[in-house]
Amino acid sequence: MNKSITRRNFVKTGLAGAAVLPFLKSMPALASKSNTLVVVTGQTINSLDLHRKGTNRASYQVAVNCYDRLLSFGTKKAKGGGYSYDYNKIEPELAESWVVSDDGLLITFKIKKNATFWDGSKVTANDVKWSFDRAVSVGGFPSVQMKAGGLVRPDQFTAINEETFTIKLDKPSKLTIPDLAVPVPFIINSTVAKANATAKDPWAMEYLHKNPAGSGAFKVLKWSPGEQLVYERNDNWAGGPIPEVKRIVVREVPSSATRRALIEKGDVQLSFGIPDKDAAELADKVDVFSTPIENCMHVLCTNRKFEPFQDPNVRKAIAYAVPYDDIFKVAAYGRGAKLWGGEKKIQDIAWPRKSPYYTDLDKAKEHMQKSKYKDGFEVPLSISLGLSSWMEPTALLIQESLSKIGIKVTIEKIPGASWRTAALVEKKLAFHLENFGGWLNTPDYYFYWAYKEGHLFNSSNYRNEEIESLVDSTLHIPMDDPKYKPNIIRMFEIAFEDLPRIPLYQPALNVAANGAKGYEFWFHRQLDVRPLSST
Amino acid sequence: MKKKFPKLHAALLRSAQSVPVLIGVVVISFVLTRALPGDPAVYFAGAAADEQSINEIRIAMGLDKTLYEQFFVYVNNLLDGNLGTSLSTGQPVLSDLIKRLPASLELTILSLVLSCFVSIPLGILAATRPDTWVDHLCRFFVTAGVSLPTFFTGILLIYIFYYILGISPSPIGRLDFIYLEPDIVTGFYLIDTAISNDWDTWFGAAKQLILPSITLALFTLAPIARMTRASMLTILSSEFIRTAKAAGLSNGKVLFSYALRNAFLPVITTLGMVFSFALGANVLVEKVFAWPGIGSYAVEALIVSDYAAVQGFVLSMAIMFVILNLLIDLIYMVIDPRIGFGSK
Repeated sequence: MNKSITRRNFVKTGLAGAAVLPFLKSMPALASKSNTLVVVTGQTINSLDLHRKGTNRASYQVAVNCYDRLLSFGTKKAKGGGYSYDYNKIEPELAESWVVSDDGLLITFKIKKNATFWDGSKVTANDVKWSFDRAVSVGGFPSVQMKAGGLVRPDQFTAINEETFTIKLDKPSKLTIPDLAVPVPFIINSTVAKANATAKDPWAMEYLHKNPAGSGAFKVLKWSPGEQLVYERNDNWAGGPIPEVKRIVVREVPSSATRRALIEKGDVQLSFGIPDKDAAELADKVDVFSTPIENCMHVLCTNRKFEPFQDPNVRKAIAYAVPYDDIFKVAAYGRGAKLWGGEKKIQDIAWPRKSPYYTDLDKAKEHMQKSKYKDGFEVPLSISLGLSSWMEPTALLIQESLSKIGIKVTIEKIPGASWRTAALVEKKLAFHLENFGGWLNTPDYYFYWAYKEGHLFNSSNYRNEEIESLVDSTLHIPMDDPKYKPNIIRMFEIAFEDLPRIPLYQPALNVAANGAKGYEFWFHRQLDVRPLSST
Repeated sequence: MKKKFPKLHAALLRSAQSVPVLIGVVVISFVLTRALPGDPAVYFAGAAADEQSINEIRIAMGLDKTLYEQFFVYVNNLLDGNLGTSLSTGQPVLSDLIKRLPASLELTILSLVLSCFVSIPLGILAATRPDTWVDHLCRFFVTAGVSLPTFFTGILLIYIFYYILGISPSPIGRLDFIYLEPDIVTGFYLIDTAISNDWDTWFGAAKQLILPSITLALFTLAPIARMTRASMLTILSSEFIRTAKAAGLSNGKVLFSYALRNAFLPVITTLGMVFSFALGANVLVEKVFAWPGIGSYAVEALIVSDYAAVQGFVLSMAIMFVILNLLIDLIYMVIDPRIGFGSK
């Protein structure tokens, strides 16, 4: 398939012939010299097309690395080392420039003149239109995500001429522009896709599932599902600075112990998504980036369907009884950010933020005495077996602590496959741990998903009239609107008073590097290989 | 007819007997997968799915139909050779199995061969010197092998031979990334690379196989060694051996020509069983060594209630065991003339 590999193989013949046992480990060293990076991950990529039904999270990286969007986010220094995307800085990717009309309803994009797909054909507004039509038409997650930015119907998108593309909005929204920079609205070579579409499959789902057709920084050289994905650089990329590395191998290694041995030995250059424990222990041996995940929190949920939790004093008693510090040390190994012991008076709109609660059993007992449940009660605390690495120790610590204020907790373990149905869809778990992270990084977006009644991540069945109207009126107004800040602060106050979700800590995404630099954190929590280079 | 090709007839009869077994497997695997916890439509709809998109997925997966209809569709597809598409890997189940089954088989067979080379001599050694220190040492060794969980042995071997000594290659699957996959003929890398005369890659694949197959072999030593010892002891104390000895035949002749051949029968039976539980133990070895085999595939599929993949896995395993049992029966006949079909 590739000459350099074959040649290297050929060189190795001599070595392999000479040495029977012990074998020399000469190959990885050769590989890193020759502009190849090896990344290991525990996740598996199951499709090269994000729009397909059933495509898993790990596959989103293909949309990021192999396709371009009109826009992208800038870069900033991250907490916890390395870089992070910058939500507040929008940068062009395939768009050369864009203009928003005064009423905010029409956005006009000019597409870069030199932008070409891998097959050499020019990226035109028709390709953009076809790709956007696809994203809003295929249903499922892509259409939901497009809707968040007010992009719902194909008739909103028009290709004026080859290089001009417009989006018409029903109402102006601050979420539209950022929503164009998430992985979903990626631009596909529509000529290639249409040639492989059928009457039954007008959006070429079957073809693009295995054969990406984009303009992005990397092409897929080889994909062996369940084993590895090999990226090869596109030397004609117009979307940004040409990546330094020619080839990147993403290898799937399910065992975290094996991944750890590989990165410590330096035979692979990057280990993506390592456990908190490894991150804490590897920090002084290799480069470890632990970036607190933006707009994401691990929380303890009190379901309103469960009677004792309708009593505000019970909820406050729990919030004062949770052993935050122990949880952060034991479940998160100190990775991420603390979310307790914050100021009583809220003055800024940072989110996730520290709640005003902290561990104080006396206060907790006081609140219990004031409640209708002086003698305590019994409640099952549900956790997902699929997320047991943080949920199990957390639940055990909470169980122990709540027993001191008279609440008898039994831990209920739910299989990973049933978790979403029970917790989020049926919302039937009285007391449970939850974790939601919003892609679009504004607090009102988080509230939209997690605090509005009936919305997916509001697993506490919480309803508050003021929150309902506040979220609706805030979600689409610009961040510099005079009403924005007071509205958000009011949401925080209500959330901390009503406590449908008790914040525990902000988790981190951990990445270890040994021989690679330039790692950048993204809200989609997948590896953007474009800025990587070897040291 | 019966007299003319008795062996063929018996083989056909045995194959025919396996048909009801397979039908049973199809029904049971279908029913059992439906009994798995969880709603696959919700799972595969993804992070931010709403009610509508979950329903779209449910229809796309055919889960909105009744159980009878789903079964009918499934059987119909099976007859066309279509095992469905796995949602977790996004590939047709058949192509997944074709790709992954050889990976597991190559590992399992190699480790069994390795295990036989060690355990059968160990068993013979122990049987010829019962209750001496040799016997006790063998017993200790094989018991230790089977008592250690395979994932632990695997990680320990990686730690010693890769991490500390650095003499074994990176445990990242069937081939280091530096080699190219051989053209697939059998799916067994050792065979495929030999066919294409690519000995460099052959060594690459062999090196990757060493640690995982030792891990698995350690686990399978015990039953084979113990069974060899027990059946050798029985045979060695039987009358025809005493006769042979009395007739002045050499020890080697008695041991290898007469005793061993007769002692092999229960060992072969055990091998069939060991093969099946080695495939099961494979799951953990595959995880530790990033081996793209069928065990890790089945576990992943089970976790996410990926019906098509689970059913395909169960079915292929059932077919494999039917064939395996058939083979073992035929091997009996070769080894032990008393079980020959000619005697009927």
